[in-house]
Amino acid sequence: MSVIDKTTFDELKQMSGEDFINELIDTFLEDAPKMIAEIKSALAANNADTFRRASHSMKSNAATFGAGQLAALAKELEMLGKENNLHETGDKLESLAEAYEAVRAELTGLKS
Amino acid sequence: MKSSHEPGQLLVVDDNRVNRLLLTRALEQNDHHVSNAENGKIAMEMLRSRPYDVILLDIDMPEMNGFEVLEALWQDEELRYLPVIMTSASDELDRVVKCIEMGAEDYLVKPLNPVLLRARVNASLEKKRLRDEQRKLFRTFATPQVAEQLLRDGFSLGGKYVTASIMFCDIRSFTTLSEKHEPGEIIELLNDYFALMFDAITANNGMVNQMQGDGLMAIFGAPAYFENHRVQAVNAALEMVELLKAFNEQRKTQNKVEVRNGIGIASGNVIAGYTGTQHRATYTCVGDTVNLAARIEGHTKIAGRSILIDQFTRDGLNDSIRAEDLGEVIFKGKQQAIRVFSVNI
Repeated sequence: MSVIDKTTFDELKQMSGEDFINELIDTFLEDAPKMIAEIKSALAANNADTFRRASHSMKSNAATFGAGQLAALAKELEMLGKENNLHETGDKLESLAEAYEAVRAELTGLKS
Repeated sequence: MKSSHEPGQLLVVDDNRVNRLLLTRALEQNDHHVSNAENGKIAMEMLRSRPYDVILLDIDMPEMNGFEVLEALWQDEELRYLPVIMTSASDELDRVVKCIEMGAEDYLVKPLNPVLLRARVNASLEKKRLRDEQRKLFRTFATPQVAEQLLRDGFSLGGKYVTASIMFCDIRSFTTLSEKHEPGEIIELLNDYFALMFDAITANNGMVNQMQGDGLMAIFGAPAYFENHRVQAVNAALEMVELLKAFNEQRKTQNKVEVRNGIGIASGNVIAGYTGTQHRATYTCVGDTVNLAARIEGHTKIAGRSILIDQFTRDGLNDSIRAEDLGEVIFKGKQQAIRVFSVNI
């Protein structure tokens, strides 16, 4: 099952240009693990603001590529950070990491 | 509108690399020149080192966020009118509203829609160009200080009473002068002459608001209020006479006819405001003081003096300016005799 919305992705491709989409995907695949690590360490340090900001970045980029589920999960985390409720994170971070794995796999395949 | 499709110098500010790359790329596809900064602090340094036309600004950033950038821009006279387009997620519109209140021009929702991006950037570029033109125009006719006030407070058609000094200035025997010269020569003469007179007036915080033929009218103390508007007006007049003297010396070496002028100043209450329409308005003053200034200027011919002023202007001067009492004069259309003073050069 696809985790990337085709319409959003095609629009993105059109806006950035065929040759540029690969660079954009590479940048995301390079930065996303850093964002997940940042969310993790912010949770450990109970730093709600960094937690919120890193989740916000993940949400923003996921939405850009049309990765709806990943964006939704990141948004949930962002809200927890915003409300200073990091203790309610539970297994949401694991879900996010899993969702990212699926997105990574599909985006790698979409590179032209 | 052809002008709205000209490329602009844009600055993209976003801490997220994907957003930055994508925005930069999309704007470059529309032929703009794009620079980028990863936080507000770097952006402010870049903005102060070279000119930009439009900023695309993210809200959430480390070091210095979007709100702080808007605040810093507002504090900076040079950067205050630079259009800013906020780039934000669709679920943070409450924060966008705050940004608009803080002076941001417009906003775009991420993920970006390319059509909206192009339209909003072009609209902001057009605004920037209009503002630049307006600013240039204001600065031709007024000091940067007055121009800034006009830009900040905007126009409102409608008048109010203000206390100001009004100056009229004409070239003596201009008709005779123009009959003896070629049209091209006359226009050149007028342009050189006005350039000098404008310099003296704006350097003393006055604003030239009317030009007609060889004459001009200038206002001191409005629209930007200065307590010492009377001193400013007289100092401007003295500088005008001084500059004209130098101008004539130069003309003499070229075997050209000398130019003489007369300056009249009156101070007091005037009704001031913008007259015209929203599209074409001029700041002007009307009232007795304005009529009096025009009459006094006319009287310079009869009195054979360069600068004449009324009693109220005289009362506002300090000892460094010498004003000679020429006695009372009854002007056409005035009930009372008016005491006139000559400012000695």
